[in-house]
Amino acid sequence: MSQKPDSNRKSGRRSPLAIILLVAIGLITTGAAYAMASSATASAEVDLSSPEVIDEGAKLFAANCATCHGLQAQGTENGPSLIGVGAASVDFQVGTGRMPMQANSPQAPVKPVQFTDAQVQALAAYVASLGPGPSIPSASMLTGGDVAHGGELFRINCAMCHNVAGAGGALTEGKYAPTLDNSAAVHVYEAMLSGPQNMPVFNDLNLTPTEKKDIIAYLEYQKANPSPGGLELGSLGPVSEGLFLWIFGVGAIIGLTIWITAKSN
Amino acid sequence: MTVTATPPSGGVTGKVSNYLDERTSISGAVKEFGRKIFPDHWSFLLGEVALYSFVIILLSGSFLTFFYQASMATVEYEGSYIPLKGVEMSVAMASTLDISFDLRGGLLLRQIHHWAALLFIAAIGLHMLRIFFTGAFRKPRELNWSIGFVLFLLAMAEGFTGYSLPDDLLSGNGLRIIDGMILGLPVVGTWISFLLFGGEFPGSDIVGRLYTLHILLLPLILLALIVLHLMFVIIHKHTQYPGPGRTENNVVGYPVLPVYAAKAGGFFFLVFGVVVLIAATVTINPIWSYGPYDPSPVSAGTQPDWYIGFADGALRLMPPGLETYWFGYTWSWNIIIPVLVLLVFLALVFAYPFIEAWVTGDKREHHLLDRPRNAPVRTAIGAAGVMFYAVLWAGAASDIIATHFRVTMEGVINTLQILLILGPIFAFMITKRVCLGLQKKDREIALHGFETGRIVRLPGGEFTEVHQQLNDYDRWQLVSFNDNAPIMVRPNERGKITGSMRRRAAWSRFFFEDRIAPVTRTEHKEALEHANH
Amino acid sequence: MANIAKGSDGSELVATSDKRLSGKELGTAVVTTDSFENPGLPPHRQRVTDTDPRRLARAARIVAWLFYLSIAGSLFTIFAYMFFPIEDGDTTSLRLSTLYIGLGSAFALLAIGIAAVHWGKAVMADKEGVDERHPVRGTPATRERAIEIFKEADEESGFSRRTVIRNGMIGAFIAFPLPAIALFRGLAPMEVDPNNELKHTFWKEGLRLTRDPTGVAIKASDLTIGSSVHVIPEGLAELPEHEKLDAKAKAAVLLVRLKPEDLNWTSDKRKSWSYDGIVAYSKICTHVGCPVALYEQQTHHLLCPCHQSQFDISNECAVIFGPAARPLPQLPITVDAEGYLVALSDFEEPVGPSFWEREK
Repeated sequence: MSQKPDSNRKSGRRSPLAIILLVAIGLITTGAAYAMASSATASAEVDLSSPEVIDEGAKLFAANCATCHGLQAQGTENGPSLIGVGAASVDFQVGTGRMPMQANSPQAPVKPVQFTDAQVQALAAYVASLGPGPSIPSASMLTGGDVAHGGELFRINCAMCHNVAGAGGALTEGKYAPTLDNSAAVHVYEAMLSGPQNMPVFNDLNLTPTEKKDIIAYLEYQKANPSPGGLELGSLGPVSEGLFLWIFGVGAIIGLTIWITAKSN
Repeated sequence: MTVTATPPSGGVTGKVSNYLDERTSISGAVKEFGRKIFPDHWSFLLGEVALYSFVIILLSGSFLTFFYQASMATVEYEGSYIPLKGVEMSVAMASTLDISFDLRGGLLLRQIHHWAALLFIAAIGLHMLRIFFTGAFRKPRELNWSIGFVLFLLAMAEGFTGYSLPDDLLSGNGLRIIDGMILGLPVVGTWISFLLFGGEFPGSDIVGRLYTLHILLLPLILLALIVLHLMFVIIHKHTQYPGPGRTENNVVGYPVLPVYAAKAGGFFFLVFGVVVLIAATVTINPIWSYGPYDPSPVSAGTQPDWYIGFADGALRLMPPGLETYWFGYTWSWNIIIPVLVLLVFLALVFAYPFIEAWVTGDKREHHLLDRPRNAPVRTAIGAAGVMFYAVLWAGAASDIIATHFRVTMEGVINTLQILLILGPIFAFMITKRVCLGLQKKDREIALHGFETGRIVRLPGGEFTEVHQQLNDYDRWQLVSFNDNAPIMVRPNERGKITGSMRRRAAWSRFFFEDRIAPVTRTEHKEALEHANH
Repeated sequence: MANIAKGSDGSELVATSDKRLSGKELGTAVVTTDSFENPGLPPHRQRVTDTDPRRLARAARIVAWLFYLSIAGSLFTIFAYMFFPIEDGDTTSLRLSTLYIGLGSAFALLAIGIAAVHWGKAVMADKEGVDERHPVRGTPATRERAIEIFKEADEESGFSRRTVIRNGMIGAFIAFPLPAIALFRGLAPMEVDPNNELKHTFWKEGLRLTRDPTGVAIKASDLTIGSSVHVIPEGLAELPEHEKLDAKAKAAVLLVRLKPEDLNWTSDKRKSWSYDGIVAYSKICTHVGCPVALYEQQTHHLLCPCHQSQFDISNECAVIFGPAARPLPQLPITVDAEGYLVALSDFEEPVGPSFWEREK
C-alpha cells in the first residue's frame, strides 16, 4: 500500500512554510541528538581497576556516601550495603543524580548530578573493588540492537511500570516509575542490570545482553522519531487526550458558538 | 383534473425549481420551513456540534472502512513502521497500521475520526446539561429528552466498539476489563462473556462482531433516532430564553433562510475545521506505541477514552474485599455494586423530566426556558449529579493524578471515595444557596434599581446613594419567571390521606420550600413610593 | 383556591400559595394577576454595517475573499498530498504529509465557515422574526376524528370483540422472536462449557516455566534476588496464534525471587509450592483480569495498573489495597533434575476474574 516517492520533487515545489518547518524540525532533532550523544558518551573509558582511581573513589565515598551506607559500604539502618552491587549500580545512581539522596525515601528522584564524570567513575571503581558485581557497559553494548524485538521485550518487561511510550507511571504509596524520555542508554542498561530502588533486577540470564541492547535500540528509536501524528500530550494516553479535547477542542468550539450568536457591530 | 402549469420564470433556477416541484411538491416544504424562526443563543448550538461531529464521524469512518479489515487472523507485520516489523499481530491491527503508515492521509483520517468521536460525546453531554439546567425537558419535550438520552448511550457504545477495533494492547486490555465485568455479573455473566467472545477471551471473533455493531447496527439506530430527535425539534419549535417580547406563544429569532442557514451551515464547516486542525497537529491513540494485543503485557496508565472514564472510575473506587459465596455461587460485589450504581445514576438522568413533572403536577406546555437560578433545587440536583460524575471521572485518572501532583495513589483514591459520597451533598447545598442568593439579588434590583455609585447629600444633611430604576425591558428579565410553591395535603372527610399524595406533597416541599417569589406590580409600586419619601 | 389533584380516597392536594389563580393544569406553579406585563420586543438596534455603507462593503469583501482563500486551501491540500509523500519507514515524512494535508483542509474548512457566518451576521438583512406557537396537541376536531377512526377500525375489524383472535395474535408476536434468541447460542461453540474452560489453564505437571515471549526455559539459578520474570508455560509459544492468546490469557505467570525469610506462609503446603524463595503467581488480576505485573522489589508489592489493586507477595499475594477481592492464585513450582523450574500441577483454583459458578 506504500506510496512511491514522487519523482518530480524539486526544491522549488515546496512551500516556504515547509522549509521553515523542516529547518525547525531539523534543528530540534539535531539538538536533541547532540544532547543525547553527549550524555551517552559521558562514561568515557577510565581504567576502573587502577589503584589511584579506587583510592580517589574511597575518599569520595567516605565524604559523601558513608553516612548512610557505612564507612566500609557495609550498609546501615539508613542505607543498604553496597558490597557486590558493582560499578553499574554506582554509575546509575550517582550518574543520574539520584545519589546522594536528599532525604531517605523509597523513591530516589533524579537531580542535577553532584559529581564530575571522573568522580563518578572513581566512586564506581571503589565500590566495584569491594566485591564482584555488574560493571559499566561499554559503548559497543549499547548500539546496534533490533528495534522490533526490543519493542516486544519492552512491552512485556517494562511497559507496565514505565508506560508503553516510556512516559513513566504510578507505583504504590507515592512512588513512581520515572519517564525514560531523558534517560541515557548507558543508564537504562545499568538500571536493568542493577534493579535500582523498587525496580526488579533483569540480570543477563533474564534479559541477555543482546536483548538489553534491543530494548535500548527501541527506546532510542522512540526518542529520535517523535509521533507522526503530532503533539504527543506527554504520551499519557486517553486521559491527556480527553483533557485536551475538553480544554482546547470544546473551548474553541464554545468560543465559536459565542461568536456566531453575538450580534454583529 | 387538469392542472395548468404556469410557465416558470427566472431562467435556469426557475426551470429546475419547477421541474422539482412538479415531481416532489417541494414548494410546500419551502413555504413551511423556509422562514421558520430559530432563536439565537450560543448554548442552542451545542446540539448542532453533536450533529456535526456525527456527520464528520460518518464521513471519516466511511473512508476508513475501505482499508480496515476486521479480522483476528494472525499475520506478520510487513508495513513500514520499523519498531513493529516482523511482529505477529492480527490483521485488524496490521491494517490499522497500514492506514496510519502507508496510506497518504490515512493517519489524518484516523485522527479526525477519533477526535470527532471524543467531541461527539462531549457535545452530547454539554447539550444535555444545557437542556437540564434550563428546564427545556419540560412538557412537551420529555420524550425528546428520552430519545436524546438513548442517543447518549448509543454514542458511548459506538465509541467503545470503535476503540476496540484496532486490536492493540490498550483496547485489548479494555476488552479484558469488559470481559471481567461481564463475568462478575450474577447468573448470566459467564455465558454472556462466552457468547460475546465466541468462546474464551480473547478468542478470534470479537473484533469482527464489534465491527458489525460499530459500522452497521449502532449507526443505523443512531441515525434513525437522530432523525426522530430533529423531527421533534421541528414539531415542538425551539425553546427560547425568557426576555421582553418573548412569550410561551411565540418564537423570536432569525429565519432559516437566509440567516440561520448561513450561520448553522457555516458552523458545520467551523466544527469540521477545528476537528481537522486538532487531528493534523495532535496525536490520538498511537497504536504503534501500544503494539498488538497480547494478554501478558500492559501499559502503565491504561485508561479508557474519557466518556467511559466514569465507569472505570466506579470500578476503581470500590473498597477491597467485596465478594461473597452464597448458596454455592460467587457474588462479585466489587462488580455488581458499581454496575448497579451506574445503572441507578443513568436511570435517574433518564427519568428526571418525569419525576419533576410528577412533583410539580404542572400540565402546561413550557417553551420559555428557566434561568438556572430560578429553579434552585433543580439546578442543585444537576450540580450534585455533575459532581458525582466528575468524581467517578477523576477516579479513572487516579494514577495520573498521583504522579502529576506528587501525591500517593492510595491518598487520591481514598479522597475520591469520600468525595463521591460527600461531594454531591455539598454541591447540592452550595448550589441551592447560590441560586437563592442570586434570586434575592435579582429581586432587590427589580424592586429598588441598581446602585449608581453616586452619593448625594440630602437637604437634611444625610448622605445617600442614588439608585437607578431599571427600564421595563431589563426589569422584565428579572421578574418574569416560573414560580412554584409547595403543596399540602388536605385529608378527605374521613380524615384519610393516601401515601402517594403524602409523598408528592413531601417532594414538592423538598423542591419549593425555599422560594423567592418574583416581584409583583404592587410590591414594585410600594417600593417606588417608599423610595420617594 | 383550586384543587390540584384528588386522591382516590377523596383527599386532595392544595396549593399553599395564597396568590395563585385557579386552574387544574398548574400543579405547584404560582400564577398571579399581580405580575408585570411583558413590555414587548425592545427597539431594534442597528449594526454598523446597516448605518455605514463602507463597512458593509468591507464586510462583503471579506466574505468573498474568505471563500476564495478556501479554494486556495483546498488546492494546497491536493498539492500537499502530491508533494509530501510518505517515505518508507520515515516517520518525519509521514508527520509532514499528515500535517500539511490536515492544515490545508482545516484552513479550507475554517475559511468557508467564517465566511458563511460573517455573511449571515454582518451582510445579510438583520431582521428578527416572530413565529407563533400552537399547542402540540392536535385541534379538538382532529383528535375527535382520530378517535372516531380507531373506533371505526375496531368496529370493522372486531379487534376488541374477537378476543380469541386478538390474544392469538399477541401470543404469536411474543413467540416469533424467540427462535432468534436460540440462534444466538451459536455465537460460541456448542460442545464447550465455559465453566469448565475457565477452571483450567495450559499448565500441568512437569511443564517447564519459560520466558515470555521467547519460550526459553528458566533455571532456578538464573534468578537473582529481586528478579522478576514474565513466564509462559513450555509449549505455549508454539501453539497456533489465536490458541496461543487464549491460552496465554489464563496461563501468564509472574516469577519472582525473594529472600526465603521474606515469605510468610499460612501452610506448609503453600510453602512447598515455592522453591528457595522463588514463587510464581498468576498475572491475571482477580478483579477484572488485567495483567498484574508491576512488581516492586523492595516492598514485594504487586500493583495492577488498571484499577490499582495491590497484592503482597510476601503474604501469599493477599489483597492490600484496591477493588480486588481475592489473592492472586499461586502456581505450584519446583525444580527438575536439570535445574529447570517446572510446574507441580495446574493452578489449584480458577485464575482471573470471579465468575458466578466459580465455586461449583
